[in-house]
Amino acid sequence: MLRKLLIANRGEIACRIIRTARELGIRTVAVYSDADRHAQHVQLADESIYIGPAPSAESYLVIDKIIAAAQQTGADAIHPGYGFLSENEDFADACARHQIIFVGPPTSAIAAMGSKSAAKAIMEEAGVPLVPGYHGADQSPARLRQAAEEIGYPVMLKAAYGGGGKGMRIIASAAEFDAALESAKREAQAAFGNDKMLLEKYLKNPRHVEIQVFCDEHGNAVYLAERDCSVQRRHQKVIEEAPAPTLASSTRVAMGEAAVRAAQAIDYVGAGTVEFLLDTNNQFYFMEMNTRLQVEHPVTEMVTGQDLVAWQLMIASGEPLPLAQDQIMVHGHAFEARIYAEDPDHDFLPSTGTLSLLQPPATSAHIRIDSGVIEGDEVSSYYDPMIAKLIVWGENRTVALSRLIRALNDYRIAGVRTNIDFLRRIAGHKKFMQAELTTHFIERYHADLFPILTPEVITDYAIMATLAEHHEVVTSNSPWQTERAFRLNEPRQIVQQYHYQDQLLAIELTATEQTWYHAPSKTHWQVESHQGHWYFSKHGHRRQAHILATSAEIGVMTEHAQVRFLRYQVALDQGTTTSAGGLTAPMNGTIVQVLVKPGDQVTAEQPLVIMEAMKMEYTIRAPQAGLVDQVYYQAGDLVSDGAELIRLTEE
Amino acid sequence: MAVLTSTINPKDETFITNQQAMQSIVDDLYAKVAQIKQGGGAKYQERHLARGKLLVRQRIEKLLDPGSPFLEIGQFAAWDCYDDEVPAAGLIAGIGQVEGVQCMIVANDATVKGGTYYPLTVKKHLRAQEIAERCQLPCIYLVDSGGANLPRQDEVFPDRDHFGRIFFNQAIMSSKGIPQIAVVMGLCTAGGAYVPAMADESIIVKEQGTIFLAGPPLVKAATGEEVTAEELGGADVHTRISGVADHYAHNDEHALALARRSIARLNYQSAQSIPQHPVQPPRYDAHEIYGIVGTDLRKPFDVREVIARIVDDSDFDEFKQNYGATLVTGFARIHGYPVGIVANNGILFSESAQKGAHFIELCAQRKIPLVFLQNITGFMVGKKYEAEGIAKHGAKMVTAVSCAQVPKFTVLIGGSYGAGNYGMCGRAYDPTLMFMWPNARISVMGGEQAAGVMAQVTKDNLARQGQTMSAEEEQQLKQPIIDTYEKQGHPYYASARLWDDGIIDPAQTRTVLGLSLAAAANAPIADTQFGVFRM
Repeated sequence: MLRKLLIANRGEIACRIIRTARELGIRTVAVYSDADRHAQHVQLADESIYIGPAPSAESYLVIDKIIAAAQQTGADAIHPGYGFLSENEDFADACARHQIIFVGPPTSAIAAMGSKSAAKAIMEEAGVPLVPGYHGADQSPARLRQAAEEIGYPVMLKAAYGGGGKGMRIIASAAEFDAALESAKREAQAAFGNDKMLLEKYLKNPRHVEIQVFCDEHGNAVYLAERDCSVQRRHQKVIEEAPAPTLASSTRVAMGEAAVRAAQAIDYVGAGTVEFLLDTNNQFYFMEMNTRLQVEHPVTEMVTGQDLVAWQLMIASGEPLPLAQDQIMVHGHAFEARIYAEDPDHDFLPSTGTLSLLQPPATSAHIRIDSGVIEGDEVSSYYDPMIAKLIVWGENRTVALSRLIRALNDYRIAGVRTNIDFLRRIAGHKKFMQAELTTHFIERYHADLFPILTPEVITDYAIMATLAEHHEVVTSNSPWQTERAFRLNEPRQIVQQYHYQDQLLAIELTATEQTWYHAPSKTHWQVESHQGHWYFSKHGHRRQAHILATSAEIGVMTEHAQVRFLRYQVALDQGTTTSAGGLTAPMNGTIVQVLVKPGDQVTAEQPLVIMEAMKMEYTIRAPQAGLVDQVYYQAGDLVSDGAELIRLTEE
Repeated sequence: MAVLTSTINPKDETFITNQQAMQSIVDDLYAKVAQIKQGGGAKYQERHLARGKLLVRQRIEKLLDPGSPFLEIGQFAAWDCYDDEVPAAGLIAGIGQVEGVQCMIVANDATVKGGTYYPLTVKKHLRAQEIAERCQLPCIYLVDSGGANLPRQDEVFPDRDHFGRIFFNQAIMSSKGIPQIAVVMGLCTAGGAYVPAMADESIIVKEQGTIFLAGPPLVKAATGEEVTAEELGGADVHTRISGVADHYAHNDEHALALARRSIARLNYQSAQSIPQHPVQPPRYDAHEIYGIVGTDLRKPFDVREVIARIVDDSDFDEFKQNYGATLVTGFARIHGYPVGIVANNGILFSESAQKGAHFIELCAQRKIPLVFLQNITGFMVGKKYEAEGIAKHGAKMVTAVSCAQVPKFTVLIGGSYGAGNYGMCGRAYDPTLMFMWPNARISVMGGEQAAGVMAQVTKDNLARQGQTMSAEEEQQLKQPIIDTYEKQGHPYYASARLWDDGIIDPAQTRTVLGLSLAAAANAPIADTQFGVFRM
């Protein structure tokens, strides 16, 4: 067995691995960057090694530093987690060279699966079904375009060395081909240092079903059921579940066996995931194989009762698989929801800041939370903004789903925007409840998942926020505090202003004997609070709500929606000249390309700058027609949130 | 603990009649306040808003901390005083909390006669400053005024307590460390230019605020120079070139936000001169005061029933309960602040006056603020009482009231007549704040008594000529006097002339007193040195 394990990762997965290692009596070593000095994974590990500045390219991705840390601490194995160096064959090689056990497959398997086109060729030989496509070496735009014609639109363009949706485009017609190819190549080059592309037939209404496989050094291989990860946003998984609902057992076995074949074709060892697309006729096609532990592995753990990290560590120490195929049972149903610091209302822009409030639902045998942060921690722009994974189990899918919705309701986070509300809307969606899953789920039900709140509803929420702010706010006994909103010879009056999106809302409430009256909507309100629980009555209809307040904003969350208001604030520094022409960075990031130069005439909506942040590209466009006066940054520059990028003068 | 036990019966017929009568005059009060709040009316308000300016009460709302109380003073100023309607005398003043600091806010209402200063506007502005100086409250002036009302210059310019006194007060308050902040949100012409110029810190709104000694028309007349108001005294000129103003604001909201920052940066230290204890509400409903007191001043009521509805936990430790019983004195707390209450429960006799003097001495010695609940027809008259020296006993109480250096708060809850007004800390005795209930009346004596005196004097004259007066003639003589007294003794008449700081809903008395006490606690309490008491 291993003695000491270095975890070449951070966040929840590092914490997750440390937990199992501890249970197995293995000592643990964490590595950390400047941004993670006080992070949970560092606190949990027995030892920790500093590996450099916050940007991962200078810390978590530097092979030499990780190897040096392992040597310094005498670690005999390295677990790479997911992301970072987990599928990097150079890293696996380096481990081997330094006689450190790499908890993962052999280098050759990583290499074989690292290039998607090579992987497909291998799979084809092994008799694993493939989606029609082009995986050729000729990367000329003309050849790629011709291949697309042969496959037939719609086609999917993918970065050969990519993952996570980067460098991936769906092309509906020949007219879109050139532009899509150019941007996909640019994204791939930036993300993976290689812009080789492959093409595939794009399936309508497919499901994403993946098989968890495990192989040991002794030639044994098993599959631990499947996961349905169909609900995706820009090819990023949002909610995963196991087992895949409504799957015929014959298909399940066929997929499992195909996955084992795929693994054996590359002499796989360790944990791997074979991803398939499943079409409406129960035909499945190999998509790719991930040669690492997946983010969503906990759902498999919940239904099989196995600890997959423990399996990984056992296999890494040369032990045989703990179970044979016929010993692997699936019991009940599990979901995982990925809780992210991002703003679903603004194109899922990552949200950075301090987690001023972080109250997850209580964990139990049915509810598990994998997280690497605690209240007060910072969500920085350097790493993936995932806050936690919420995993629930139930006797069946219906029970598990109710528990998921309940747990999402009980999740309280303030300080950053989160996708909790969005997750709740998916989980509560009729079609999701009926398990009508497809990878197009989110775009198909976009209108339901991004409901437009009517002005009346917004007003109701603003009233609730106002009532909460003025309810029993006792900072001192001074009547100047306690006699809130007193007006001489008039009923008490509360005037509260909030910014909601682009609007400034003014809520005026007048006290009556028992209620607060809102004249414009002719509604009477009451408010109560007990130990952090809020109850608002509108015309006597009492409902519970949660209030999430920080110095900058106040959020009101009911079972229907969560609405956030920014507190009314007048910018004090308005300068003495107008700043209307300034275009600012929406977040910390890197300038990818500057598309204009001083003196250029631009039209409204014309792209000016492309920036990359949190591994996503953002285009900054001209808000109106004008003349470019100054350009403050060049490609490659790092910019911070709010930095003025370009100055436009209006015509 | 000496908790007062109320003995009223809300089902009692008199109680119900009283309640209805008081409710109707309170309703009238609220209706008039709602009317006053309309300022110069819809037409002028729309014009004001169209210029991108906020209305004066909106400005105050945005200046105050969200949810802050606003203790307005002089709400009825200039009510029915001039040929023109000048609601609130075109100037809103009151105490409100800004960044946790209680401030005096004095704001011109440009929708009322262009915010020009009528005589009562000046009086109100000076009164607001007086309160601020007394309580050491930072002053925030929201200036939007055309300056002195020119047709009435003789009543606003030359005298001691006229326009010039505003700037004198600014200088004196500044010298005492009471911050003076001016926000120029509109015109600020001639004398008015000194408000920002005399301020410790000033803010000016671009394209709205102008400061100059003489406006463009006067400049043209004087020198022939043609210049726009903005060039002459706009925000740009004054923040970049002249230095008359310190902060450049883009609009009203920005200016008010800057004013809030100024207050936040004051390093203001409250004296906290009145210790606050835990607060308990009274045991009885304040609205029952309506049914207890009613509107007929001739009908007596036990003032303890009122006290029970104002003080914390209705807890009142009476002093000298069995002596001079027509004056009720005792210790209590209001919103946690200790107070000595002096309340009329009938006419003043020698004993009650001596008791009052004694009690006021106690409070001054112990630095306990005084609350006077005034309902007094006067001192007892007649041979017996003059002979026992009621004049000198009354004088003792007046001496005590005059000299006591503790904060004093007077509420006229009924009649306020004659020397009773003096002994019970009327306006002349410098109460820190003074309020009037809508049922109260104030005059040198009651209308009936004045008419009776006048009738008697006339009858005596006629008798010397051997003539008499018929009952009808007597009534004809008396009625106009009674009518005049009723009109001039009415709270609207009194408050319009700023004989007090405002009319208040009796049910709001506790809140008003609590806010007043907390405001007064910002200033230290001086030691009292009494004058010679005639023994």
